[in-house]
Amino acid sequence: MSENKITNILVAGIGGQGVMTAAEILSQTALSQGFDVKKTEVAGMAQRGGVVTSHVRFGTRVLSPAIPPGEADILVGFEPAEALRWISHLRPCGVAMINTTRQEPPVVSLGLYDYPQDPISEIAATGVEYHAFDAGAIARELGNFKLVNTVMLGAISELLPFPAEALKNEILDRFRGRKPTLVEINEKAFELGRQASL
Amino acid sequence: MSAVPPLAGSNRRFMSGNEAVARGAWEAGCNLAAAYPGTPATEILEFAAHYPEMYTEWSVNEKVSLEVAIGASLAGSRALCAMKHVGLNVASDALMSQTLAGVGAGLVIAVADDVGLSSSQNEQDSRFWGRFAHVPLLEPADAQEAYEYTQRAFELSERFNTPVILRLTTRICHVKGVVSFGERSETSRAEGFVKDPGRLIMTPNVARKRLPLMFEREAEIQRHSESSELNQIMAGSDRRVGFITSGPTYMHVREAYPDAPLIKLGLSYPVPFDKIRELAGQVDRLVVVEEVEPLLETELKAVGIELLGKEILPRLGELSPNVLRPAIARLLGEAVPETAAPVKAPIEIKPPAPRIDPATGANVFPRPPTMCVACPHLGIYYCLSKIRNTTISGDIGCYTLGAGHPWNALDTTICMGASMGIAHGLDKGRVEADRDKKIIAVIGDSTFMHMGMQGLLDITYNKGNVTILLLDNRAVGMTGGQDNPASGRDIHGNEAMKVDFRKLCEALGVKPERIHEVNPYELPTLFTALRNEVKIPEPSVIITNQPCVLIDYYGAQPALTVDDDKCTGCGNCLDIGCPAILVTRRETVVKPNGSEKELAFVKIESGACTGCNLCPKTCGPDAILPLADYIRQ
Ligand SMILES: Cc1ncc(C[n+]2csc(CCOP(=O)(O)OP(=O)(O)O)c2C)c(N)n1
Ligand code: SF4
Ligand code: SF4
Ligand code: SF4
Repeated sequence: MSENKITNILVAGIGGQGVMTAAEILSQTALSQGFDVKKTEVAGMAQRGGVVTSHVRFGTRVLSPAIPPGEADILVGFEPAEALRWISHLRPCGVAMINTTRQEPPVVSLGLYDYPQDPISEIAATGVEYHAFDAGAIARELGNFKLVNTVMLGAISELLPFPAEALKNEILDRFRGRKPTLVEINEKAFELGRQASL
Repeated sequence: MSAVPPLAGSNRRFMSGNEAVARGAWEAGCNLAAAYPGTPATEILEFAAHYPEMYTEWSVNEKVSLEVAIGASLAGSRALCAMKHVGLNVASDALMSQTLAGVGAGLVIAVADDVGLSSSQNEQDSRFWGRFAHVPLLEPADAQEAYEYTQRAFELSERFNTPVILRLTTRICHVKGVVSFGERSETSRAEGFVKDPGRLIMTPNVARKRLPLMFEREAEIQRHSESSELNQIMAGSDRRVGFITSGPTYMHVREAYPDAPLIKLGLSYPVPFDKIRELAGQVDRLVVVEEVEPLLETELKAVGIELLGKEILPRLGELSPNVLRPAIARLLGEAVPETAAPVKAPIEIKPPAPRIDPATGANVFPRPPTMCVACPHLGIYYCLSKIRNTTISGDIGCYTLGAGHPWNALDTTICMGASMGIAHGLDKGRVEADRDKKIIAVIGDSTFMHMGMQGLLDITYNKGNVTILLLDNRAVGMTGGQDNPASGRDIHGNEAMKVDFRKLCEALGVKPERIHEVNPYELPTLFTALRNEVKIPEPSVIITNQPCVLIDYYGAQPALTVDDDKCTGCGNCLDIGCPAILVTRRETVVKPNGSEKELAFVKIESGACTGCNLCPKTCGPDAILPLADYIRQ
């Protein structure tokens, strides 16, 4: 059999953060680069503040849509505790990209559970390569919290087996048609994410 | 670089299994598609509604959707209905007799199993229905096949005069893949409805005559199954284990064992026994990989085919490659692989490190789904959590989350509409210890219309004593805010009949003075209505009237904020359960009488709060106020 290299990207976060959109953009870019792609979508309960993950797999031919534990090449963590929750899904030689803005669920607010003291150092302790930065703060500074999504995509853009520009164009194309006013700000968000991860 | 050509041209698209089913139906010339929403099948109808050639509707429940589809099929139009697994329990009454009658034009029932329970009350294997109803069952393995098999299902339905089940799972419905598609062909029958009382009026006499025909049909489809190209043996060089796969398990097996011989069952019922025997002859051992019940396994063993199944594989959840690999390694007496196949990371090759300890992160708090910020159900559960001596019979919808923190205000939930009958039974079956218990039922608009109305009629007819909270948020919230008769809009968003719940409840026998319409954000009114009604030994209904915040009927207001200087840390507002209210710090104080008290000071996340004005009503010191007033101060 010819070698079928498959890239596995796990996007993890919380309902409402744009995890699905990020995964969709990654998938569409991989498709435009000529890969076969499979992507899981979880809807329904996911809207309501629960854990959301999307698996994106691309290569010559992709069969099973789910990334087995320990086989993700990239973990895109939209929230530090979520990154920690999913870290063991990563290959030992994989990379975790983490937004450090915390989002406490009601169970923590109510005092039923504790938020991990320092999720990033727990991740560091696994020995895996990771980049942690405050994507939330970047988005807020740009004036729109929803930009976290684009910031995170910018951050992983240099890790992908296709040019970062392809990913950026895929994002910007989505706005060019429908909301041209947002093109510039998304480009900025993408570039800031890209720099923050270096 | 790749086997897949770029998506140039218009006939290839990245789509989910659900979209692929809708596309396949449309191309097959389907004229009608009906469904009641349910994860993971909901989007089938949402996509179907994009095709103007098909009449589409949200039916009030799955049984009605199937009946509508049956009618269309008899009228000469190919028809599709779609539902989640539990939906077919509801629709089965129609299925179990229609299978005797057969169809007119093609009739396809798409049913989606929630393998792994991502959002359902149970895990059910819909492949049983093929056996139970003696109808063929197709199982696609990905989106491309979902598209193709939908079309094949219509052909089979007409060829063998039978309803056909298209069995999907979450991994088919909600996984996107590249699908190559075609164009629509018109297939409706020229002659329209044909009277045929000896077949279509299912009296005992007719059924008696139809039964042998149904079994003949099943035998005929079984022969077809042996030769159908939907059931394929795929050769492989590693003959130590051969696999029997159906639906999504084909992908799992192929990924884990690319060189193993296997049979891929696309038409998995009736079972092609001879073809499986043929595979058995080519391999040392056979393993059947099926999600989730040992169905093929039992049937194959019964005809004397030696194989392994659930002895070595789990009976619950998905049989993904990481589940298969250790089980098969054990079977072969090989070292159990700690991590999976030796696929190289395409990104960067580094010296191999041991796998990350799977226990890392295992202690992270759970993050269960919550009700939305400002959800109209929040005030209801706040009140319910404050009323003593109750038993609360719940139902299925977003309000099921009321069973969780901070409210803990639900005692039962089983299936759609059950809150009514169960409440009535809790009332009539009460023993002395519960003599003063107040029985309350909580049900949403969609669930009430799905299967709750009959239960209410039962309560009024039989002189029951239940206080019913009918939470009308003008949407099917749980499944994404679909329109329904409470929203007054149809599946296309066009104006439609809007149900009047007050009149409906009156017609079902509730006294007019026992029906109250309340705004669920008006806590005092709500609380008073509830407290009064539970005392009156008659059925009463409290109808709420504010929309789900995810639909366009909801109008967000400016955010509120907490005045730090006024907040006493009493924690009352946290009992609302609005996710926009966050604790900033906790303190333990000693009260004058020496007892300790835990204080929780809060803030409101201004980016999330939509100013519903619910939480200020719980705040004694008036510490919660509009952001603008706060800045003015
Ligand atoms: C038989 C059946 N069909 C469909 C579903 C999926 N489902 C769960 S809750 C729900 C409807 C909830 O709507 P509603 O009662 O109005 O409550 P809301 O979520 O809007 O609060 C649906 C369709 C199910 N669980 N069982
Ligand atoms: S979707 Fe609507 S009904 Fe459901 S929790 Fe959110 S606001 Fe409430
Ligand atoms: S006003 Fe209070 S309850 Fe309403 S959305 Fe804002 S924080 Fe939540
Ligand atoms: S109810 Fe008012 S005083 Fe009590 S914690 Fe909430 S904001 Fe503070």
